[in-house]
Amino acid sequence: MIEQIKKIRWSHYIAYIVIGLLLLFFAFFGPTDRSTQFMLEKIAISIILAVSLSLVVGFLGELSLGHAGFMCVGAYLGGKASVILQSSLGKDSVWNLILSLLVGGLVAAICGVIIGIPALRLRGDYLAIVTLAFGEIVRSVFLNSSDSSFGGTLGLSTPRYDRNSLYIYAFVIVLITLFIVQNFIRSKHGRAVTAIRDNEIAARSTGINITKYKLVAFTISAFFAGIAGVLHSFSNYTVQSATFGYNYSIEILVMVVLGGMGNINGAIISATLITYLDTKLSTILTGDRAILQNLIYALVLILIVIYNNAPALKSFRERYNFKVLFNKMFSKKDPSHRADDAAKWDVVPTKIEMNEILSVDMKPQNLGSDKPQKGGDK
Amino acid sequence: MNDYILETKDLGISFGGLKAAQNVNIKIKKNQIYGLIGPNGAGKTTIFNLLTGVYKPTTGTFFLDGEEICGLSQEKINHKGIARTFQNIRLFNNMTVVRNVMVGLHNDPAFKCTVWESFLRLPRHFKSEKAMRERAKELLKIFDLDDERNNYACNLPYGKQRKLEIARALATNPKLLLLDEPAAGMNPHETEDLEKTVRFIRDEFDLTVLLIEHDMKFVAGLCDELTVLNFGTVLAEGDTRTALQDPEVIRAYIGG
Repeated sequence: MIEQIKKIRWSHYIAYIVIGLLLLFFAFFGPTDRSTQFMLEKIAISIILAVSLSLVVGFLGELSLGHAGFMCVGAYLGGKASVILQSSLGKDSVWNLILSLLVGGLVAAICGVIIGIPALRLRGDYLAIVTLAFGEIVRSVFLNSSDSSFGGTLGLSTPRYDRNSLYIYAFVIVLITLFIVQNFIRSKHGRAVTAIRDNEIAARSTGINITKYKLVAFTISAFFAGIAGVLHSFSNYTVQSATFGYNYSIEILVMVVLGGMGNINGAIISATLITYLDTKLSTILTGDRAILQNLIYALVLILIVIYNNAPALKSFRERYNFKVLFNKMFSKKDPSHRADDAAKWDVVPTKIEMNEILSVDMKPQNLGSDKPQKGGDK
Repeated sequence: MNDYILETKDLGISFGGLKAAQNVNIKIKKNQIYGLIGPNGAGKTTIFNLLTGVYKPTTGTFFLDGEEICGLSQEKINHKGIARTFQNIRLFNNMTVVRNVMVGLHNDPAFKCTVWESFLRLPRHFKSEKAMRERAKELLKIFDLDDERNNYACNLPYGKQRKLEIARALATNPKLLLLDEPAAGMNPHETEDLEKTVRFIRDEFDLTVLLIEHDMKFVAGLCDELTVLNFGTVLAEGDTRTALQDPEVIRAYIGG
């Protein structure tokens, strides 16, 4: 009987709790210096991007490299909406923020549908190339727009939103994003999406409408990328198309991959850490030392990848990871056996592998070339 | 009223010059357990792929319960009432056993719940999730997989993976169940069990079963009628006992 009572799975709610507490903290002891506020806004934007991309890469199992493209659409359209709305609503009005966010998000979602219908028929590498091309096309369309419409090469300047409240709203939006994305994943529809990732042929023969679910996941992902774009325009007062190059898409992908494919909490943590590291490094290292920034960033990424994936470090990793340390501190129970339907439901490997994403061919096929070959040519 | 649940008319497909199947006419009565046998490469699995929409036939057509469903997509054919298992097992490996079956229940109108309702966690979401889980557990009980429901599908032993695949196919509420070598890799005891289970689900769910199998004892014990294929054409058909004793069939199997 007691087993029948549904256990609360902390891993499902921990992100809500942490961000909720953070919000409560901000409400009373919010940082007042602009640099910290700006960093918090950037972190919130990164989390939204990483969580939404994780839906496509981690759960649908398709590689999309156009996330910055959707963000770009959101940033320009949402920014333009806020420019238009500020005359009637006032620039610090919450409605201005909400309406701009909706405009940016919806236009990005529509782009997601338009791109998704033809592109999602493609698989793997081909989809990656199409989405990459989409991102670049969007960027150059806005770059070549006339000065009066989207600012052209100068970029679009957007109204300055009240900086003391923007980062709080940004984290509220993070909560909403998490709520929607996690609810989607932990429903029958999310299950259908994961089924497509695991075995497309079996999913089709089981009657899952794969076109519909691929499109739904892709559209939700594009919608939140658009929302993140609007936040970006509010946070920077200006939208420059150069920001949304494919490098940015890759950076978001790195956050998702480092967090663990199909692991939302992991994506949040890695988005926070990477953004923090990036911002801190660019402020600490100035002048001649600025070149070190990319070096350190890259080294940290390499170390994390090695720690997560090297088989030689497996035993070390099992002894010293968050879960074990957490359990050691707070309980003496062995965490390895959790007989519950949804235990570890979102911590699963996916069909996209690390070496595929980093385009590193790790197969040792050329190593044996110096060996004498049987019956080889003379 | 239609006598036959499945009727194929001159069904055939060729890949380039290779005629994988030609002029296949199969008629299966309702509630029959029908066998499809033949040596390796005879085109048995090709027929399954044609019937489930994986391939589109180059000639002929087929009817399910009098309705022509040839040419529909795989998911549409499943909605019309054909479910299948695969020769090389295709489970959702990174999902638990119970979730595998719940994917099968996805399109059941009894568990309807829109994407929006899931987004907002409206009551119907919880209701349908709970009902789906209960139904999935019932289905798993039939196959003695009840205790394994929280294990990952990839961790199950081979025989149980086969059973889980049948359970998942059954969850889509089919009229016709296609089993591709259900007894492959099972020991004699497991095969005997499977024989009982197939009969049981046929009666319990009021369905028709079409199966491919190489285990002749299993086929002889289970099938009412069968079709023997060789090189993509029908070699013999009809009552199991007479068809299996046909000298042509014996020659095709043993050679000579």
